Amino acid sequence: MTEKILTRNFDRADAHTLAVYRETGGYTAWEKARAMEPAGITDEVKKANLRGLGGAGFPTGMKWSFVPKNHTGPVYLVINADEGEPGTFKDRYLLERDPHALIEGMLIAARAIRCEKAFVYIRGEYVEPHRRFAAAVKDAYDAGLLGAGLDIVVHRGAGAYICGEETGLISSLEGKKGWPKVKPPFPAIKGAFGMPTIVNNVETIAQVPHIINRGAAWFAGLGTKTMGGTRIYSVSGRVKRPGIYEESVGITLRQLIDRAGGVSGNGRLKGVVPGGSSAPILRADEIDVTMDVDGLRNAGTMAGSAGVIVFDETVSVPEALMVVARFYAHESCGQCTPCRESTGWIYKMSERILAGHGRKEDLDTILDVSKRGAGTTICAFYDGAVGPYISYIEKFRDEFEVLIRK
Amino acid sequence: MPKLIIDGQEIDVAPGTNLIEAARQLGIEIPHYCYHPGLSIAGQCRLCMVDIEKTPRPTIACNTQCADGMVVSTQTDRVKETRRSIMEFHLINHPLDCPVCDQAGECWLQIYYMKYGLYDPRMVDEKVHKPKALPLGPHVMLDAERCILCSRCVRFCDEITGTGELGIFNRGDHSEIGLFPGRDLENKYSGNVVDICPVGALTDRDFRFQVRVWYLDTAKSICPGCARGCNIEVHVNRRRPHHAGGKRVARLKPRFNADVNKWWLCDEGRYGYGFVDDASRLTMPVWRGEPVPWDTAIAETARVLGRHAPDAVGVLASPKMANEDLIAVKRLAEALGSHDVGFRVPPRTPGDQDDLLIRADKNPNTRGGELIGLDGDVAAILEAARDGRIKALWVFGHDLFDSTWPEADVTRALRALETLIFTGTNANRTSALAQLVLPTAAWVERDGTFTNFQGRVQRFRPAAEPLGEVRPEWDIVGQVLGTLGHAGTATRAEHWFVELAANVEAFRGMTYQSVGDTGRMAQ
Repeated sequence: MTEKILTRNFDRADAHTLAVYRETGGYTAWEKARAMEPAGITDEVKKANLRGLGGAGFPTGMKWSFVPKNHTGPVYLVINADEGEPGTFKDRYLLERDPHALIEGMLIAARAIRCEKAFVYIRGEYVEPHRRFAAAVKDAYDAGLLGAGLDIVVHRGAGAYICGEETGLISSLEGKKGWPKVKPPFPAIKGAFGMPTIVNNVETIAQVPHIINRGAAWFAGLGTKTMGGTRIYSVSGRVKRPGIYEESVGITLRQLIDRAGGVSGNGRLKGVVPGGSSAPILRADEIDVTMDVDGLRNAGTMAGSAGVIVFDETVSVPEALMVVARFYAHESCGQCTPCRESTGWIYKMSERILAGHGRKEDLDTILDVSKRGAGTTICAFYDGAVGPYISYIEKFRDEFEVLIRK
Repeated sequence: MPKLIIDGQEIDVAPGTNLIEAARQLGIEIPHYCYHPGLSIAGQCRLCMVDIEKTPRPTIACNTQCADGMVVSTQTDRVKETRRSIMEFHLINHPLDCPVCDQAGECWLQIYYMKYGLYDPRMVDEKVHKPKALPLGPHVMLDAERCILCSRCVRFCDEITGTGELGIFNRGDHSEIGLFPGRDLENKYSGNVVDICPVGALTDRDFRFQVRVWYLDTAKSICPGCARGCNIEVHVNRRRPHHAGGKRVARLKPRFNADVNKWWLCDEGRYGYGFVDDASRLTMPVWRGEPVPWDTAIAETARVLGRHAPDAVGVLASPKMANEDLIAVKRLAEALGSHDVGFRVPPRTPGDQDDLLIRADKNPNTRGGELIGLDGDVAAILEAARDGRIKALWVFGHDLFDSTWPEADVTRALRALETLIFTGTNANRTSALAQLVLPTAAWVERDGTFTNFQGRVQRFRPAAEPLGEVRPEWDIVGQVLGTLGHAGTATRAEHWFVELAANVEAFRGMTYQSVGDTGRMAQ
């Protein structure tokens, strides 16, 4: 079993307190980082092969280095705690059980990008995580950790999936409708309130103190060649022990399912969604893949947010498609045309197929509409939505055809 | 100056130019809905995709600034397929109600479907339903089902008027344009959202269901509503006179002029043409209460004016008259030897003004009157009429009762006259007291030029036939001059403009051709 790093204190009921965090080595990385040059911190994070754990898997150190060097105004760090990807529930545990890890990571990251004011955008539904995190921020202020060089503003969302998209989040943070922004400019150049802004996921930043404390080489060695560290997998669906599992990014999907007690239901695996609902599904015979960004990309899917959803043989894929299509139709922000129009259209078709009114051409229409819309939108929402649309039908077409033939 | 290649043609553009504008300069159309050169970039409609060399997939042209060495293709198979897809997405929830939609004939969904769509529809499911025929304010009606959510109207109210009445509410395919709670779309420029709406979602309450747009004829013109002189197009209904209750002018639309009004027009100007087809129009010359032929009216006018000593005749021209009329009036005053000539009547209600277009001076040609030299003291003329020195007064257009002067004073002055001659388009309280009423053509029924507050001389052209027996002022004045034995009987407005250009320094050297469609600054 991999050493627990992010979740090392999760079993302690008082792990969220500053005292326990300090007792287990908390804020020593910050002490160390204060003596480092900002560029040195970024270099260390680059060498650690830390990649964004919110979904896109972008190299974190490289993202930090995009902040213009000659910029004179404020630079903002924004933590994306709008964990909304279906099947993903890791950040809530970090906020609830180890909030100081995030705060310490933010102190270090803020130093690296010369930021004096940071925001944490917490999903509206996360009441308890918000309460715990806000309390931790207060304790950090009282202890003088915050307020002397870095201020943290805790902001709650109002329940829109799109506000987890980094520029949608920025719009929402600015008080506007949570619409993603047209790029360029990218947030690192012109983000929140028109200033350079780095948006990082909770888990990504919670890794940073460990990198500083134990070194880039150690962190990189925990993972694969192109992605360092461990990450927290949210495993749900038809497994015997659903929950969160911290594992190396080099673990295979098969091993991970075993860690979660194996397949429940009828015990026979039908497929796995490996990285949150937007990740294309893998068939039962495709699960010997490593769970890092590149491993899953090579398998035609994505690591995404590491939300692993397991389907046993009794799960109906057409029904799963209808559910996921309903989700994307409901959550499409409506800003740009392909996504706004086709998420609703595909939901209607998937529902009709499930109701027994499918037409022969519907499946190809869904596939065609998905492929035509992909890559034409402002943000990655639609590219995510077509992951299930296309893969569910292409990999389980016979299940749909049975419904249509009836 | 970035130099780039679009569809094989090389072009130099100003830095900051986007690909849509650069292509436009080459005569290449990149179809788009949400982009508007007067508004911020939204990037929402996704129709303006083009291929750029070394870019993995089609890119939106509106948000791409031209860069040196860029190689752009607007006609690749991939671009054509993308456009077809985007057109299908725009149309799956759009109602198929073109036969009853007022936008039909000038709808960019129709136009682009025919040019870039032409796919076989695949959508068989129930379309999304949204509010229809919803008034947003005094001038604009919303059909949310027809809306393609390009957000131009929202951006207009945010960025141009700064009033922010509109927003997009809800999400996904249930998104709809709407008013923020407690608001109405009643800013002074609300009609512009109808112009910039590319589809039938926002229609003009004043115009809708009056006449099909393909029956309209158009003429380039100038708004006479204030001293700005916004460039407009007059849309007239000649071909279906039985529609719209016989109203000839169907609507006014702004016409782009970078130096005057850009793309915009205020509501007061846009909806201010009602007098043209109003029942109050004067259509026949009238002498002592009886309609008379023009010959009689002209002869009588000349007789009245010629009968008095020069200091017993006053002329009250109007800043609503064209430069051509004003130079004719100037010549008349010179011929009569009258020094009692003016054109300014202070309005009872002071005009409003803002930083966008609207000018406090609600006259289109005050500057022209000044440059031509008609700026006398009107109050003194009225006083002289009251005192009995002025015995004949020729009033052009004004209703002197609609001024800051006390009604009793105006009444006394006009009643003290031996003869009041009134020339104008519509009856008013001043014309009611006139012995001679000479009806004139409204600006849409004739041609001429106005000089705006900046000194820009701009042409307006005839859009409709003159009503009844009406004539332009320059013609009436010219006929009177001729009858009095002076030169000046021109047969076209342009003759007076030539006279103006030859004799008034500010207009020196100008011709109708050099004034063109966008105007020319007076010296």
